Amino acid sequence: MLDNEDHLLENHPRELTQNPLKKIWMPHKNSHIGHRRVCMTNCPTLIVTVGLPARGKTYISKKLTRYLNWIGVPTKEFNVGDYRRECLKIYKSFEFFRPDNEEGVKIRRQCAMSALNDVRQYLSVEGGQVAVFDATNTTRDRRGTIMKFAEQNGFKVFFVESVCEDPEVIAQNIVQVKLGNPDYMNCSSEEAIEDFMERIKCYETSYQPLDEDLDSDVSYIKIMDVGRRYLVNRVVDHIQSRIVYYLMNIHITPRSIYLCRHGESDLNIKGRIGGDSGLSSRGKEFAKRLRSFLEEQKIKDLKIWTSQMKRTIQTAECLGVPYEQWKSLNEIDAGVCEEMMYEEIQEHFPLEFALRDQDKYRYRYPKGESYEDLVQRLEPVIMELERQENVLVICHQAVMRCLLAYFLDKTSHELPYLKCPLHTVLKLTPVAYGCKVESVYLGVDSVNTHRDRPENVNVQRSTEDALQTVPAHH
Amino acid sequence: MSCTQRDIGASTNSTEAKRTDPRCNEKKCSWASYMTNSPTMIVMIGLPARGKTYMSKKLTRYLNWIGVPTKVFNLGVYRREAVRAYKSYDFFRHDNEEAMKIRKQCALVALQDVRVYLAEEGGQIAVFDATNTTRERRDLIQAFVKENGFKVFFVESVCDDPDVIAANILEVKVSSPDYPEKHRERVMEDFLKRIECYKVTYQPLDPDNYDKDLSFIKVINVGQRFLVNRVQDYIQSKIVYYLMNIHVHSHSIYLCRHGESNHNVEGRIGGDAELSPRGKKFAHALRDFIEEYELSDLKVWTSQLRRTIQTAEELSVPYEQWKILNEIDAGVCEEMTYQMIQETFPEEFALRDQDKYHYRYPGGESYQDLVQRLEPVIMELERQGNVLVICHQAVMRCLLAYFLDKGADDLPYMKCPLHTVLKLTPVAYGCKVEMFYLNVEAVNTHRDRPLGKVTRDSALIHRRNSYTPLSSYDQVKRPRLYSAGNQPWLPLAPTPSALMPERLQSQTRTGSSCLTPCVKESTLTAAKKLVAVSASE
Repeated sequence: MLDNEDHLLENHPRELTQNPLKKIWMPHKNSHIGHRRVCMTNCPTLIVTVGLPARGKTYISKKLTRYLNWIGVPTKEFNVGDYRRECLKIYKSFEFFRPDNEEGVKIRRQCAMSALNDVRQYLSVEGGQVAVFDATNTTRDRRGTIMKFAEQNGFKVFFVESVCEDPEVIAQNIVQVKLGNPDYMNCSSEEAIEDFMERIKCYETSYQPLDEDLDSDVSYIKIMDVGRRYLVNRVVDHIQSRIVYYLMNIHITPRSIYLCRHGESDLNIKGRIGGDSGLSSRGKEFAKRLRSFLEEQKIKDLKIWTSQMKRTIQTAECLGVPYEQWKSLNEIDAGVCEEMMYEEIQEHFPLEFALRDQDKYRYRYPKGESYEDLVQRLEPVIMELERQENVLVICHQAVMRCLLAYFLDKTSHELPYLKCPLHTVLKLTPVAYGCKVESVYLGVDSVNTHRDRPENVNVQRSTEDALQTVPAHH
Repeated sequence: MSCTQRDIGASTNSTEAKRTDPRCNEKKCSWASYMTNSPTMIVMIGLPARGKTYMSKKLTRYLNWIGVPTKVFNLGVYRREAVRAYKSYDFFRHDNEEAMKIRKQCALVALQDVRVYLAEEGGQIAVFDATNTTRERRDLIQAFVKENGFKVFFVESVCDDPDVIAANILEVKVSSPDYPEKHRERVMEDFLKRIECYKVTYQPLDPDNYDKDLSFIKVINVGQRFLVNRVQDYIQSKIVYYLMNIHVHSHSIYLCRHGESNHNVEGRIGGDAELSPRGKKFAHALRDFIEEYELSDLKVWTSQLRRTIQTAEELSVPYEQWKILNEIDAGVCEEMTYQMIQETFPEEFALRDQDKYHYRYPGGESYQDLVQRLEPVIMELERQGNVLVICHQAVMRCLLAYFLDKGADDLPYMKCPLHTVLKLTPVAYGCKVEMFYLNVEAVNTHRDRPLGKVTRDSALIHRRNSYTPLSSYDQVKRPRLYSAGNQPWLPLAPTPSALMPERLQSQTRTGSSCLTPCVKESTLTAAKKLVAVSASE
């Protein structure tokens, strides 16, 4: 329900007040801060994966969950395998998955039910908007049960099926994620692979893929051969459309993403935020080192992206290779606080300064932006990063925090306080279900621009308390 | 999922290198245009009355709006040129040799025009709108595309719902030049027979075998289902996303501005003012308007600026706030009157009139930026049913330009007066517009295109989101933005004439040489120019 729906019983116009944190104009009576910027879903959505083992279902589930949470849609995944491991404690062998193993079938069914209960809890009670039900769900019968459950609870259902017959891809999946799985903790690699292949066989005979005719009324996307081909059926709303678009843009080709900030700028040295200054001499030194670093790394077909602000462009210029400028990568707009020092902000806008510390993610500078706005602005960048292979993004502190939070699955609480120091390159390499991070400091001194959350965030705090965590500057 | 994007520089084809130059030199190109690195031919496939032309025109309109130069080549038009008077469906019989010859000839002529458009006229996407139902024809096209170094993406529309087909025929075929007498039954009868002629030789795309390596989307039953195969790049991905979001259900979109605001009355631009008394009256009138039309399930969207929200409040219906619907950011000129801008920033003022679409306010935005910002709104409007969008002048111009297919030249001068609601209803291949003035007076905020020839300075218009155009000029003291209530106290330093790109090259220094003000251009091109200049010295 939208925030302004309660008033429909009244007749007279309401006064608007501006929420001091988010700078959103809202009708008087509505005092709560929560505001949905776009109504993405009117009822919760249950995403259900479908596919034989080692088809990338969990990979897709986790990635999709990470993406949806990042764009602000509360999402949670429910992996039935985890429930089974809770229940069974010790995995013996693939025999558990044999279709004629009655005991096994019973337990697996119970686990699925248990997971669905938690889904209901999450979507109906805890305010979740999307739940990803990650399991094989390979029979029409099982899917029917889930759809009934969804209907009873007023959830929409969207199936994501992954179909793949390429033995190399399957083998690679097994090596990457199954060998390290708790199920195979005490086996050798060969034993694990052998057992897993048998496990897959247990499912194969009863597998009923989503069918164009029999399932023509169901909303789903069928991903074939790791994204070579897609079949999309009956997308019914905005969130499903976004999910489809996302799934169609991701790939699993190995690559790395490099994130760094521009070199130290003149305003950085003065302790001023925002603005559009050029590089300091140390900043220029960093750019040179960055060039050497890239040459050493010998990265294949590296694309370089910058913002449209001088300091990132100057940094890229030193690299001597083509680069592309994105306006969306510009630093967060600090509005009336542009080019101020923290001390000045405290002096002129102590209330704003305190509000920012209270909820740094949602706080919007007067006539400026919030981290939340930044995430919306950066979404096309993330989408394009997903499409690309090797990319170096030269950006800014707040922007880098947002991008990093996407790749490392950080919450909105953590995001504004992620450490992104100057003159340090982060190399992100997707691995298994997550992202490996390597931090490379290029050995050029710089100021520290990181301001931790102070202890006292009360609007009545003293100047000293407010400036407690301001980093040193000129 | 993607394959590696092909880089501009990677092509060894000299014609391709020549072709990309004019586009890269177009320093004002949009992000989407920039990312479209190879000319692409979109080839429609399908029996008649399957919505091919509808999709072609809509897709073309969308691509042009986001800044990717696109053009439709409709084979029917070529055929009508060649065969002046259409007699009957007999022309389309597959055993009519004479006709087959003519039809093939038309296709070849059309393909030549495609080649000219993509290779010489700076076009990036050509939409080849024809049935293309046989493998033979598609193989011909593929050979053509390969020969010219274009990419190809097929869009097939498959539909077996007789109601949909009949409705299509009635909506667009009855009024076609082929049927001047417009006698419904006769038209329907002839057209259905025409379709039968094609059915005989129709070979749909075969994703499992013959066509498995092609890039295509199969649209089934008007968007109920899609089969997408081998999407190669950014622009194909966007095309797929767009086609998956459009629908043909009848709906109307209402666009209007907020009620007159206090700033409007004072002639100030931007800011976050409240409604004037007349603005409030308008909001009341708007509520009556909505009630009168009894619009079912009307969604109401506003920006996050006070004046649109105040307007929506009067309607007593739920509404959604979108930050991206906020008015264009006028940067250092926020809350100034045009007179103040002219006095304080005369150069900026002049620049804006030279190229209003690409001009970016210092520290602010351009119309081109606005279009990029508004793309998700357009995408969502395509998905929705009835929507009322309460927005702002520049924003409304951008949205309107999308629906009415207006180019960058016309867009910033479209008339969007206060207190007027525009009702847009998709009809046939276009959009019907109805204008409702709600009878509440308001100031006029429209500034016409300046008369007389304005000298075109191609540089400068394009700047970063910054206060100085060129990074090497570090010494200029910048005014503080938005010191709440205070106007910026220093005008920008006059931009030296040396900032013209051509002049700049001759004054190059290594390192900062490529920092032309035309920042959307790839430095690859700037580097090329640099090499060219130093080679000649």
